[in-house]
Amino acid sequence: MKWRDPLILVFLMVVLWQALYLLVGDVALRSPATTVHNLSNLLNDPRFLPHINETAIAFAQGFAIAVVVGLLVGVPLGAARFAGEVAEPILVALYSIPKVTLYPVILLVFGIGMPAKVAFGAIHGIVPISIFAMNAVRNINPTHLRTARVMRMSFLDLTLRILIPAALPEIVTGIRVGFSLALIGTLLGEMFGSQRGLGHLLMQAMSLHNIERILALTLLLVAFAAGINALLLAFDRRLHARA
Amino acid sequence: MDKVAVTRIAIVALAVALLEALCRLGVIPNFTVIPPSAMAQSLWKILASGRFSHDIAATLVNVGIAIVAAMLAGVAAGTALQGWPAARRTLDPLFATYYAVPMYAFYPLLIVIFGLGDFPQVAIGFLLAVMAVIINTLNGLDRVPAVLLKTARVHGLGFIQEAFHIRLPYAAPYVFTGFKLAVAYSFIGVIGAEFITSSRGIGYEISFAYNNFDNPVMYAMILFILLLVITVNLSLHVWEKRLLARRRRA
Amino acid sequence: MSHVALRGVTRVYPGKTPVHALGPLDLELAQGEFFAVVGPSGCGKSTLLDVMAGLASPSAGEVLFENSNVKGQVPDGIGVVFQEDASFPWLTVHDNIAFGLRRRGVAEAEVAAQVGYAIEFMGLKEFAQAYPAQLSGGMRQRVCIARTLVLKPRLILLDEPFGALDQQTRLLMGDELLRLWRETGATILLITHSLDEAAMLADRVGVMSARPGRFLELIATGWPRGRDSTIVASESFGRLTSRIWTLLRGESLRALGHG
Repeated sequence: MKWRDPLILVFLMVVLWQALYLLVGDVALRSPATTVHNLSNLLNDPRFLPHINETAIAFAQGFAIAVVVGLLVGVPLGAARFAGEVAEPILVALYSIPKVTLYPVILLVFGIGMPAKVAFGAIHGIVPISIFAMNAVRNINPTHLRTARVMRMSFLDLTLRILIPAALPEIVTGIRVGFSLALIGTLLGEMFGSQRGLGHLLMQAMSLHNIERILALTLLLVAFAAGINALLLAFDRRLHARA
Repeated sequence: MDKVAVTRIAIVALAVALLEALCRLGVIPNFTVIPPSAMAQSLWKILASGRFSHDIAATLVNVGIAIVAAMLAGVAAGTALQGWPAARRTLDPLFATYYAVPMYAFYPLLIVIFGLGDFPQVAIGFLLAVMAVIINTLNGLDRVPAVLLKTARVHGLGFIQEAFHIRLPYAAPYVFTGFKLAVAYSFIGVIGAEFITSSRGIGYEISFAYNNFDNPVMYAMILFILLLVITVNLSLHVWEKRLLARRRRA
Repeated sequence: MSHVALRGVTRVYPGKTPVHALGPLDLELAQGEFFAVVGPSGCGKSTLLDVMAGLASPSAGEVLFENSNVKGQVPDGIGVVFQEDASFPWLTVHDNIAFGLRRRGVAEAEVAAQVGYAIEFMGLKEFAQAYPAQLSGGMRQRVCIARTLVLKPRLILLDEPFGALDQQTRLLMGDELLRLWRETGATILLITHSLDEAAMLADRVGVMSARPGRFLELIATGWPRGRDSTIVASESFGRLTSRIWTLLRGESLRALGHG
């Protein structure tokens, strides 16, 4: 991936930010430089670490569940043609519901706290992972399977040497999308119904009208999400190029 | 109706029936989830009384504005970018990472700048929707066959005429895909924002009901949103099929 | 005074390794002439059409249509029928044909009259409200031809318009093309890979060399204006096609990399 274009883009966005700041002033914004400074202060503040931990742990658990459940659901649906056909519109419908409306249900089931956040992150990630996994398995070239039969491969061999490599690129794409969405879900869950975590801090800063804090946190979240996604995307593209 | 559709309906019906049974039998306590039939009853009462008409109207209007704005801006931006490859290349990383970013993280900022009115919610819905429109519009415009562009030149069409009369009509199916996504994202954005913090709207009423331990009202409105979104998406799907039927090889 | 004149026209595609696709070549077409171009694959026939129409600019030399220079844009009065299907899938046959007239702002009543005539002429009456997706390849080409015709072009360029059709349909479409030519009195340049088609339809046949394309010979066919596909049975037709093939055979071998 050429690094010049993304750098130009980031530069343009910083310029735009600075311009907006000059236009609007301290009443509503802070400059990029100030925000970066504030963020580094925040990261060095020992009271801040527990919140990052909270979000990180919740996200990691939610994402892990999303991957496991997503694959467990998606792979069989891809293999069984009829089941897949039946399930697909249901999955797509689940994808487009504002999952935030289910949050009260989750809070009622799990109570306020970590389990609810994990669940929320998980449900955001499960659907795309299963959809992508389903398509990945469904689209495995049948000729590969016939070749394996002709070569009399064992089931284990077939899975390791043919099925997994063939399906991997699309599954990785699904996991990448699931990663981002699980992160968004975790943060969203923290933005209401939580006493700890980055999402909570963001809402707290908003109610206190603490513009500096809001910007610092937003910058952290956006930069982290975009950065990780960019890395995963590069990996994703390389896998697809090889396939 | 074919086997697939019947099976699908059967599965959904079964799931609802199971939930109903579990709730009625007390396996799932009523303070957690109420039976689907009770949800439907509560919803019916609410709609009949017009108690939340203002909120429903507010949400729908905001969603509508977000959709229209996203379509206009998205198609225009997509068309412009298609003719400006350098800009498109520079923005490409943005297209790739856009949906990984927690858009809701900007909501507090928007509220601080613009206050607690409707604008921040519409803005979130718009921001989520517009990129899907741009990406799909670009995808469609990319696929216009060279021979049609040559035909445009033979007819002496300028850039804007060519875009309106040839490129966008050809790309219409893809623009429609963008439209479906814009609808889904506008709902997600607006209702999600209402949920986080707002003064009115369906999302707000759900949040309020939750905070006041009012399960019947809460579940009724959740059901309402689910039914609304599913119905809208289904209608779009049917409409799309009809529009595309005439372009499919017989 | 010739209707179309090409003088020293050359076309080189720029790039890391520039491709010399065409020329230098000269050609003069008389008003109302039917001229066919045959040549081996890749010899630059389509490039010739692009340059003539103004869709591509010559790297050297000039193209004159009705005594004005053709460069950069397609002049008024030139119609083009492409090899690929150029019908608009989102419009009915009627609206497809009406397209050019409507873009010119012609009044709707006049549009209806002109389009109606073109539809009758091209035998599309039953399909006027159908969409291209519902038609066969041949019908779609007829729609494209009708769309071009309705603008009353004085020069019509056709790039292997019947390439996707079977032999019998091609012969019949050939007859159609001749009928069209006689009715409109336009100058026609037809690019084809079929020697028979060129020999049967044209007043003159231009035989092109392998890339870079230049005219090896311009053969006058001598057919009467009122001809149709039955001339393929005559002796002179056989002599004509064998003469063309003799010229072309060597070039085709060279294009394929032998000889």
